[in-house]
Amino acid sequence: MSFKKSTLGMAIAASLVAGMSTAAMARDTIQIAGSSTVLPFASIVAEEFGASFPQFNTPVVGSGGSGGGLRQFCQGVGENTIDIANASRAIRAGEVENCAANGVNEILEVMFGYDGIVFASRADQGAFELTPEHVFSAAAAQVNVDGELVDNPYTRWSEIDSNLPDQEIVLVIPASNHGTREVFEDNVLSPGCEANGAEGEACTALREGGRIIEIAGDYTETLARLDAQEEAVGVFGLSFYDQNRDRLQVATVNGVTPSLETIGSGEYPVSRPLFFYVKGEHLDSVPGLAEYTEFFLGEGISGYGSPLEDAGLIPMDDAERDQALEQFQARTVVSVE
Amino acid sequence: MSTTQFDTADSKRRERLATIERSLKSRHARERRFRRLGLTAVVSGLVLVAILFASILMRGVPAFWQATLYLDVYFDPEVIQISERPVQAPGESDAEFRERELAWLGELGRVNWNVLIDEALKAELPGEIESRQTRDLRALVASAERHALRERVMHAPELVGQTLNVKMLASANVDVWLKGNIDRSLPDHRQQLSAQTREWADYLAGEGAIRNSFSTALFVNPDSRSSSASAGLAGAFMGSLFMMLIVIVLSVPLGVASAIYLEEFAPKNRLTDLIEININNLAAVPSIVFGLLGAAIFIGYLRLPLSAPLVGGLVLTLMTLPTIIIATRASLRSIPPSIRQAALGIGASRVQTVFHHVLPLALPGILTGSILGVAQALGETAPLLLIGMNAFVANVPSSPLDQATALPVQIYLWQGNELRNFFEARTSAAIIVLLALMLSLNAVAIWLRKKFETRW
Repeated sequence: MSFKKSTLGMAIAASLVAGMSTAAMARDTIQIAGSSTVLPFASIVAEEFGASFPQFNTPVVGSGGSGGGLRQFCQGVGENTIDIANASRAIRAGEVENCAANGVNEILEVMFGYDGIVFASRADQGAFELTPEHVFSAAAAQVNVDGELVDNPYTRWSEIDSNLPDQEIVLVIPASNHGTREVFEDNVLSPGCEANGAEGEACTALREGGRIIEIAGDYTETLARLDAQEEAVGVFGLSFYDQNRDRLQVATVNGVTPSLETIGSGEYPVSRPLFFYVKGEHLDSVPGLAEYTEFFLGEGISGYGSPLEDAGLIPMDDAERDQALEQFQARTVVSVE
Repeated sequence: MSTTQFDTADSKRRERLATIERSLKSRHARERRFRRLGLTAVVSGLVLVAILFASILMRGVPAFWQATLYLDVYFDPEVIQISERPVQAPGESDAEFRERELAWLGELGRVNWNVLIDEALKAELPGEIESRQTRDLRALVASAERHALRERVMHAPELVGQTLNVKMLASANVDVWLKGNIDRSLPDHRQQLSAQTREWADYLAGEGAIRNSFSTALFVNPDSRSSSASAGLAGAFMGSLFMMLIVIVLSVPLGVASAIYLEEFAPKNRLTDLIEININNLAAVPSIVFGLLGAAIFIGYLRLPLSAPLVGGLVLTLMTLPTIIIATRASLRSIPPSIRQAALGIGASRVQTVFHHVLPLALPGILTGSILGVAQALGETAPLLLIGMNAFVANVPSSPLDQATALPVQIYLWQGNELRNFFEARTSAAIIVLLALMLSLNAVAIWLRKKFETRW
């Protein structure tokens, strides 16, 4: 009994001491969080990094969306804050200010490639040939009909354009915690709004009543929605669609089918650059942080024919990658204009 | 008169009997209805559980077997050009040796291990394979296998120049294709693998070079995204294990001690009443609230590391404490007062009474309650998401301070993986593993109760 008691006491003491001592101990594993679009890419790089550099630990990659990641990133400097925030959009001025307020001043922006955003529906449903205006007419609260702004009257795609399938309008889009949402608004809704002739408030107000479903989780959740509502059209990242081509069919936008080539060339209109943000203050204290960034930008990792391209990333060309690398090596800090 | 009296009494009696007779039928019917209702409830509950288990087993069990390549790999010295493995010379400092060792590991890392696998596959496949088909060829094998070859040579450099039959995992998409988890009749542009790779996969499976072998990767590997086929549960399992150790070490002694004090020693007053009510309230607090609390206090204020099982364990300890306190108090209360009175009567002190007589008798109940509390903590996901334990971790943690995930969180992560065809089955397999752990913990609880049970 006394032996048991003493081991128990020791175990408690040990775990408490361990808990206390961490506060003083330096962290030696890179902590990453953010965009779920970037997560698969960053995870692959992290694994390859761990396998290629025996002297460093494999970085840990969390999710939480671009917004969530940048909020964690801006919580401050220190080892219980993350070192890198993944983002599928550029950092906003407000976030830079928030960072500065918490002592994070050296935000190093690294752009590493592009991602396409695609509209896809179940493979057993009709094929869509969309334009931004179609999407706007389906999604907006108010649309321009014969020069007058009226409450959205459309209930079926075929009412918007007779070439579209005769299916109930249900659009599954990412919620605002996702960077994808911003691209959807900037590259689809606002040109669609312009083409439709509506303006101002009407461009951003989305209709209610279950026709627009916002998804805060991953694309798998969007896919699950499409299983439940068979006629729905979902917004996905190109790489997600690519890995689930057996269940999904992709819609063309302005007559262009999304692919690595059409997005790389800019022909397909809905694409966006992908970023990660490195905390400059941590470069000296967290081992491997600079090496990870440089490794990420290597041709063998994020160039053409690289594992990231296989995973669905649209690579930057060599000049762009070199520029990103130079910018990082010169420690160019993000500033608010 | 007496006759009439008797007659009236008799007729009243008969009337009563008739009334009882009449109501009997409806009373019996009521009983039958209630029995049938209860039985229906039990049966429908069982049917639902059976459907759940059957669907998980049906989807998950096939994932315990995985397409595996058995190839003769020639460790070609032309390809593996490395120097002698460094040995620490006498008098050499550890730092110097570490540097030489790292240089040697760097040499190993620069070897193109894929070439060895390519050559082994070419030897197995029919016809000439041109270099432009390399991509199709490499799609057959899980990409982590090249690191596995490196590990082999790292541990046994004498392999260079030898040929060895190596067991390698086929890539996730090959596994999906061979198991028929993707519709094999779909046209090329909707398949994940190229027509050439599919043909090769079928050929190798026909030749017996690809076999459906038991997947040890599922149990010995950590999670992986760059090589989905090698993704396993080892990291999550260790993370859960560390958390459970912390929960047991902290919550059982604390919980049992507070229960004993409250039940046996504490005076009955407003303060202890208040504490009792609050403990009951704590047991009902949603677990995600404990997660928020943990994130704010352990990570924000105490500056403990993110994603660490230590923090997870502390949060789950808070969650489990009230459960253990309540279970312990209930089992102390069920010990008859005569035991205490007898002990006190022959002159035992209160501490002696509790520790020598009451506690041993209450032990089975305390153990059962503790084990069920720990099992509940093992399955908890929500609070862990808030302290960063839902991150992608490609290492097996070696201490409670290393970053880790937990089994239920791993299920959540795999459920969100974009390679649905492969991970749907993998997720169900992980659920089976977690359920098996839970059921065995519950079985231990039942066994302990049976073993130490005392009947009064």
